[in-house]
Amino acid sequence: MSEALVSLTIDGVEVTVPAGTLIVDAAKKIGIEIPVFCYHPKLKPVGMCRMCLVEIGRPKIDRATRAVVRDENGDAVIEFGPKLETACTTPVGEGWVVLVNSERAIKERQQVVEFLLTSHPLDCPVCDKGGECPLQNLTMKHGPGESRFLYEDKMRLDKHVPLGELIFLDRERCIQCSRCIRFQTEIVDDPVIAFSERGRKLEIVTYSEPGFNSYFSGNTTDICPVGALTTADFRFSARSWELSEAASICSHCAVGCNITLHSRREARSKGAEVIKRVIPRHNDTVNEIWICDKGRFAHHYASSEDRLSQPLIKRKGKLVKTSWEEALKRVVDGLKAADGSILGIAGGRTSNEDLFLMRHLMEGLGGQAVQHGDMAGGDLVQQVGVGAETNLARLGAGDCILVVASDLHEEAPIWWLRIKQAVERGAQLIVANARTTRLDAYASHTLRYTYGEAAHTMLGLLHAVNGDGALAKFASDETREASETFAKAPNALLFYGHEGMDYEGSHALAQACASLLSATGHVARPNNGLVAVWPRCNSQGAWDMGLAPHPQGLEEALKGTKAVYVMAADPAGDDPALASMLAEIEFLVVQELFLTETAKAADVVLPAQSFAEREGTYTNGMRRVQRFYPAIAPLGETRPDWQILAAIGEAMGLEPARPSAAAVLLEIASENGDYAGLDYAALAHAESQWPPVGGKDLYFGGTANPNQQGVGVQLPSGVERGEAFEIEWSTPARVSSKRGIMMIPITKLYDRGTTIEPSQVLSSRLVSLCLHINPEDAKRLKISDGGEVDVTWNGGEQRLRTVIEEEVPRGVVLVPRSLGVPLAAPVAVKIRSVGS
Amino acid sequence: MFALEIARGMWTTFKSMFEKPVTIEYPDVKRPVRPRFRGRHVLQRYENGLERCIGCALCAAACPAGAIFVEAAENNDQQRYSPGERYASIYEINLLRCIFCGFCEDACPTEAIVLEHNYELSYLNRRDAIYTKDRLLVPVPPEGRATPMTVPPGAFGKAIPEMEDPD
Repeated sequence: MSEALVSLTIDGVEVTVPAGTLIVDAAKKIGIEIPVFCYHPKLKPVGMCRMCLVEIGRPKIDRATRAVVRDENGDAVIEFGPKLETACTTPVGEGWVVLVNSERAIKERQQVVEFLLTSHPLDCPVCDKGGECPLQNLTMKHGPGESRFLYEDKMRLDKHVPLGELIFLDRERCIQCSRCIRFQTEIVDDPVIAFSERGRKLEIVTYSEPGFNSYFSGNTTDICPVGALTTADFRFSARSWELSEAASICSHCAVGCNITLHSRREARSKGAEVIKRVIPRHNDTVNEIWICDKGRFAHHYASSEDRLSQPLIKRKGKLVKTSWEEALKRVVDGLKAADGSILGIAGGRTSNEDLFLMRHLMEGLGGQAVQHGDMAGGDLVQQVGVGAETNLARLGAGDCILVVASDLHEEAPIWWLRIKQAVERGAQLIVANARTTRLDAYASHTLRYTYGEAAHTMLGLLHAVNGDGALAKFASDETREASETFAKAPNALLFYGHEGMDYEGSHALAQACASLLSATGHVARPNNGLVAVWPRCNSQGAWDMGLAPHPQGLEEALKGTKAVYVMAADPAGDDPALASMLAEIEFLVVQELFLTETAKAADVVLPAQSFAEREGTYTNGMRRVQRFYPAIAPLGETRPDWQILAAIGEAMGLEPARPSAAAVLLEIASENGDYAGLDYAALAHAESQWPPVGGKDLYFGGTANPNQQGVGVQLPSGVERGEAFEIEWSTPARVSSKRGIMMIPITKLYDRGTTIEPSQVLSSRLVSLCLHINPEDAKRLKISDGGEVDVTWNGGEQRLRTVIEEEVPRGVVLVPRSLGVPLAAPVAVKIRSVGS
Repeated sequence: MFALEIARGMWTTFKSMFEKPVTIEYPDVKRPVRPRFRGRHVLQRYENGLERCIGCALCAAACPAGAIFVEAAENNDQQRYSPGERYASIYEINLLRCIFCGFCEDACPTEAIVLEHNYELSYLNRRDAIYTKDRLLVPVPPEGRATPMTVPPGAFGKAIPEMEDPD
């Protein structure tokens, strides 16, 4: 891309930047810092706070000839304006002379600080932002030191205004820069807060019910340049300088947001170190400087009182506390007795190191290891996943993004955000789903299918590309148009989820998606390829480590198995049928954080460490391997998962002992071609990112951390490494509603999963368990809004409250996952209104 | 020769029998300390009984020995401990660590922590050397009430009192 370059002089230093660059950014590039409050590099400039006033001189132009006037030496004559101008709203111009630190500019900026502080309470000692506050820092550096305003005239305003349950506003401290309002409007399109009144009465109010209803609300507390916005979680709980920090990776969804965990000793926890807050860590390829509220607030499970802290062993039908030696001995004996009839079940919440050793151990014992989950396609993502160097921020005009069978706003909010931003830069968005989702509002093509036909829709798109006659039956005008847009885009990304399908359905969908990408040539290049919207943070890593879900389901896999080793999964809690099967298993070992339903049935329960207490690596949905570090001391006698597995392997004489997680990753790298060359040092590599945001940076400051602990490494896809890919497709059996109405599990951001529920701060935002039903179906079944119904299906029965919603497709009912209805895939149900 | 020396020595002894002794009968008698003496800390109260400490932890930040631990919580008008929004829910000083430098006093924005004149610091175990908030707080003044107290809404909104310019 060739961009016009502009040269100008800032405080005597010549700088050349692309045309359109703002003066603040140009100055920042050469290390001259212009103080700002309302300006933020991720937001559009507004020039509200006036803190960035500078003197700007422009070359004098002869009005008659339009030529630059020159003096006797041939230099352009520079004319300074009568007033100072805001550097944050003024783009650079050729030959300009900008004076940042002239006497006049310094004096005027001092007066701006004096004005900003007219009604600021200066209660820094009790303010949560104290110590990391841009207003505090800039007042020290650019303030006049004394105010001419009368102290008695300071306004006294409310200091405790809840904008909803998560964010609190201090009206006195607010300097009305509108960063929060602009973030909500421009960046996340949740315009739920706004200015009310004018002048001295101006205040920030929320218009939503519940207040400040946005999945991204916590980010406003990061970018707030004063202590006006604070989170309910961190309010008054520590001073910023008392916190110790550790880099980490969010463990809640497949995006893999980079975060920093701030911890401190806490008296309430008997002096133990606990996580006090989670803030984003800058990674432009993954999450920029944003995280969703789930990532920010749902960290309490790591220091929950319900955590397992000691090994448990079953004696006389009861789980009793025991020592590691005894527990491991029992595990070794039990696994030996099983004589190779062993199944390992691992959840996608564990790290690559854990999963790798799990597979090794199980295969060493003659058994097999599977992933707990019902979404397919990890193998296809390995082949036609996104190319190395993929960055959603680089998708723009002309490029295309296709999202199928996923409600990204609920499943992976940061991907939703970044796709929305790509659309605003001009990218085309195709959304294919059985129901309306929030992403539809940004789509140029919306493809609506009935549940079970996601793969068929994708095959319809494929037909338009390769003209395969066998696929003609899936094509329609809509798929043709969408396919055209997709095929002609220079870059295209395809996100697929697994809403409303079982393993077979999701496998067919992944195949269809991979084939479409391959047919249109959107593979093996940066910003092209397949992305799976996994339900867990390291599901892709599990696939990469060789753990796929069992194609026929866990029930099939469990048949005839003598010993089962479950790690970070709760099959018994998820499915009563599995619970009764697991109860029959001869020897059951569970390695967990909590005493789950599965753990209760176990012969041995081994306490594992959470992501905050140990190190490891996760592979995100875009196959970026990222490293996380220990933040807090391990709880009780807990051990990292990889260490437990290595110890068992060693005790059984199968494997050598492993000294560290880093050594396990080296083993992975030597065994798995995709991971070749990876080590902890490579994953810790970080380069400075532009613009420098947050952390110690005085000017774009705020509570986000610069990334010094590693941005991770994106793995190349198989096709990129020269592997052949063959187009294959299959059609799953259609989800039929002949046997009654279909019940579809859908994902909601705040459910009652084991990693979310311990966070009290989110309790008011957790979704309630309801059956969502279309008005017409409700009428047919004589169900009233809010009425109770009995729902029965093969293997289950439950009484649920109903919510009638226009958005629900006809012939199905929707029920949120992880709220108590043990459902992984769609089932046919019978619904009977209670009392009818 | 020797006799003279002995007599001179005995004279000194005899003379001191009539002098006022320099030693005092501690602990029955206590020597007064200078006004700026730095002894054990106390946490001050306002006249109405509210605690001066607002839990800002600046004392802990200033402490070169890491002797102070503060944990804050939020105040409200029904359960008010100190003026403003924040109060110290936990305040501990480990006097085995303390070096009595007085930096905490200097850092305190509300003049809550003061090194007072008590120097009788001895403990039977290490735990007793950690002074908790209830041991550090001065008694409630006669005209004041005990904390937490219920106060009229908005009466004590400001955490930091107006103070006179020392110049």
